[in-house]
Amino acid sequence: MSDKRIRVLIGKAGLDGHDRGAKVIAQALRDAGMEVIYTGLRQTPEQVVETAIQEDVQVVGLSSLSGAHMQLFPPVVQLLREQGASDVMVIGGGVIPVEDIPYLKEEGIAEIFTPGTTTADIVKYIKERV
Amino acid sequence: MYDNDKIRTLRIKKEDWDKKINKTCERFPERKKAFKTDSNIPVERIYTPVETDGLSYEEHLGFPGDYPYTRGVQPNMYRGRLWTMRQYAGFGSAAETNERFKYLLDQGQTGLSVAFDLPTQIGYDSDHSLARGEIGKVGVAIDSLEDIEALFDGIPLDKVSTSMTINSPAAVILAMYIAMAEKQGVTPAQLNGTIQNDILKEYVARGTYIFPPKPSMRLITDIFAYCAENVPNWNTISISGYHIREAGSTAVQEIAFTLADGIAYVDAAIKVGLDVDDFAPRLSFFFNAHLNFFEEVAKFRAARRIWAKIMKERFGAKNPKSLMLRFHTQTAGCTLTAQQPDTNIMRVAYQALSAVLGGTQSLHTNSRDEALALPSQPSVLIALRTQQLIGYEIGVTDTVDPLGGSYFIEALTDKIEEDVMTYINKIDDMGGAVKAIEEGFMQREIHHSAYTYQLEIETGERVVIGVNKFITDTEMPKDLLKVNPAVANQQVDKLKKLQETRDHRLVAETLRNLRSVALSSENIMPSIIEAVKAYATLGEICGILREVFGEYQQQVIL
Repeated sequence: MSDKRIRVLIGKAGLDGHDRGAKVIAQALRDAGMEVIYTGLRQTPEQVVETAIQEDVQVVGLSSLSGAHMQLFPPVVQLLREQGASDVMVIGGGVIPVEDIPYLKEEGIAEIFTPGTTTADIVKYIKERV
Repeated sequence: MYDNDKIRTLRIKKEDWDKKINKTCERFPERKKAFKTDSNIPVERIYTPVETDGLSYEEHLGFPGDYPYTRGVQPNMYRGRLWTMRQYAGFGSAAETNERFKYLLDQGQTGLSVAFDLPTQIGYDSDHSLARGEIGKVGVAIDSLEDIEALFDGIPLDKVSTSMTINSPAAVILAMYIAMAEKQGVTPAQLNGTIQNDILKEYVARGTYIFPPKPSMRLITDIFAYCAENVPNWNTISISGYHIREAGSTAVQEIAFTLADGIAYVDAAIKVGLDVDDFAPRLSFFFNAHLNFFEEVAKFRAARRIWAKIMKERFGAKNPKSLMLRFHTQTAGCTLTAQQPDTNIMRVAYQALSAVLGGTQSLHTNSRDEALALPSQPSVLIALRTQQLIGYEIGVTDTVDPLGGSYFIEALTDKIEEDVMTYINKIDDMGGAVKAIEEGFMQREIHHSAYTYQLEIETGERVVIGVNKFITDTEMPKDLLKVNPAVANQQVDKLKKLQETRDHRLVAETLRNLRSVALSSENIMPSIIEAVKAYATLGEICGILREVFGEYQQQVIL
C-alpha cells in the first residue's frame, strides 16, 4: 500500500502466561519489516485497546492459550469500534478449537491462526490486507 | 575407561575409518551436512571408547544410589518400585475434578497432580474482574478451604501423594491441604506430596508471579523451615525446567537455568539461617521430556551428577539425601501437533521412554489432543496406558540405567555437563539467578532458542510430521473437552454464600494477624493456616500479601 511501515500490536489477553508464540510472532513480524509493540502478559481487553490507539497500530494480534479467547477476543473488537478505531484489523492465535472460530469471526476477528501456522503465512496475511 | 595405549591405537584406527567413510560420502552424501542435538551439540558418526576417554567409572558414574548418582538415585531403581504415574488434571469445579481424580485412581494411577485455574494461581478469587473468562479453564477453581474439601472428598490424604502446581500462593494452598487433612484425622507428618513453589521460573517462563523476588523468596524459605519441622515428608519445592523448555529453551539451557534457580533457593535458605541438610533432602525437580531421544536421556543423567557435585562441593551438604536430584517429568506439550493428533500418541511414548531411561521418579504423559484443548477422558486413558506399557510390558525397567556405558550416552552426558556448567558459571558471574532474571538474561536466551526452533520448522530443516512433512487432510477430533461455562457463575455464587455465612469476626482477626506477621520476619505459615481454617479466601489472603509485599512488574523483553 504505502511505504509507511506497518504497525502491529501483539497482545497477551487474560491471565495466560504462555508467551513463546506471541514473542516468536512479534520477532518474525519485526524481521519482516513491521514495527511491533508487544504488551507483555496479563492485559485486559481495555488495556490492549488503549495501547493500540496510543500506538496508532493498524493490526492487533491477540494470543491466548488458556481457553479464555471466547470471552477476551470479542471485547477488543467491540472496544475498538466504540473508540472509532474499527479500521484496526484484529487477528488471534493460540490453542483455539476449530468450532470456536466461526463465532470469533462473526464477532469481527479477521482471522484465527491455530497451532502449526508458519510465521511466513501470518506475515503474508497482514501484508496483503494492510 | 581403557588404558592409554589402547586408546591411542583406537584413535588412529577411528581416524582411518572416518577417512574411508568420508570418501564414500563424497559420492553418496549423508542425509545432512552436520548432525546435531537440540542443544546444538554435534553428533558424530559413531562413538567409541575414544569419545569417553577420560571418564572414570567410579568418579563419573558410580553405582546407582551412590554419589554422583549419574545412574540413578535408588540402588535398584524400578526393580523395587516403578515411578509414580501422575497425570496432571484439573478443570471446572472442585467436584468435577474430584470425579476425574477418582477415575484416574481407579485406572491404576498412583498419585494425584492438581492443575489450578489461572485466577487461583495468581491469587484472585473467582469474582475478581481479572478472572473473566479464566474460571475453571486450565485447572480447577479454588477460592477457599471449602473448595479444597470438595476437591479431595473421599480421597484419603494419608494414602495418596498429591502434587500441586501452585507457585506464588503455594503457602496458602499448602495451608488448605494441611487443614483439610486435619479434618480427615490425618496429621501433617503423615502427608506426602509436592508444591511447585518455584517462583523464579515464573518470572522467566510461566508467568503466574504475584510478588517481587525478595518477599517471594521469603515465602519459599518460610515454607522450607515450616515443613522441615512439621511436614517432614513434603517436597517443599519442585524446581522446574519444564516450563523453561516449553518456552523454547534447549535441553542444556533447561538444566542450566533450573539448577541455577536451585542454587538461588539454597543460597536464600542458608542466608536465613537454615542448615542445608535440614531442607535440601526435600528439594525436588521437574523436567521436560522432549523429542531428541538420546539427548534427553543424557540430560537427566547429567542433571543428577551436576546437582550432586554442587550440593557437596559448593554447599557442603553431608546427608546423602541432600545430594540426590529427584525429579518429576512431563512429556513436552510444545511438541504436540494439532494436525494428525493421533501421531502425538507416539511422540509421547518415546518421550516417556526417555524419561524412564533417564531415571525419573514420577511421570505425566500428555494426551494426544492437547494442542487443541484440555484432554478428554479417552485421550487421558491412552496417555496413562502408555506409561503403564513402558512399566509393565517392554522390560526396560528390569535393570538399572540400561543405557549407561553406551559410548554415545556417556559422551553426551559429559558434554551436557560441560555446557551446563559454562552457563552456571556465567550466571554466577552475573550475581546469581535472581540477578540474571532481573537483567533478562535467561529470557533472552530462551527467546533466541525458541525463534531459531521455529525458523528450523519453517525451512523444513526440522521435520514435524503433519506440519511440514507428510501432510494430509485429517479431520479434527470432535469430542474435545469443553469446560462447562456454568462453572464460572456457580463458583461466584458459592463464594458469595461462603462470605455471608462464615464467622466474620474470626476472618477479620486472622487476616489482621496475617498482616502483622507478613510485616515482621516471623514464619508466615502458621498465620496462613489460621486464616484458611477461618475460611478466609485465597483472594483475601493474597490481597493482604499484595498490600504488604507489593506486586512484581514484568519487564517486557523482546
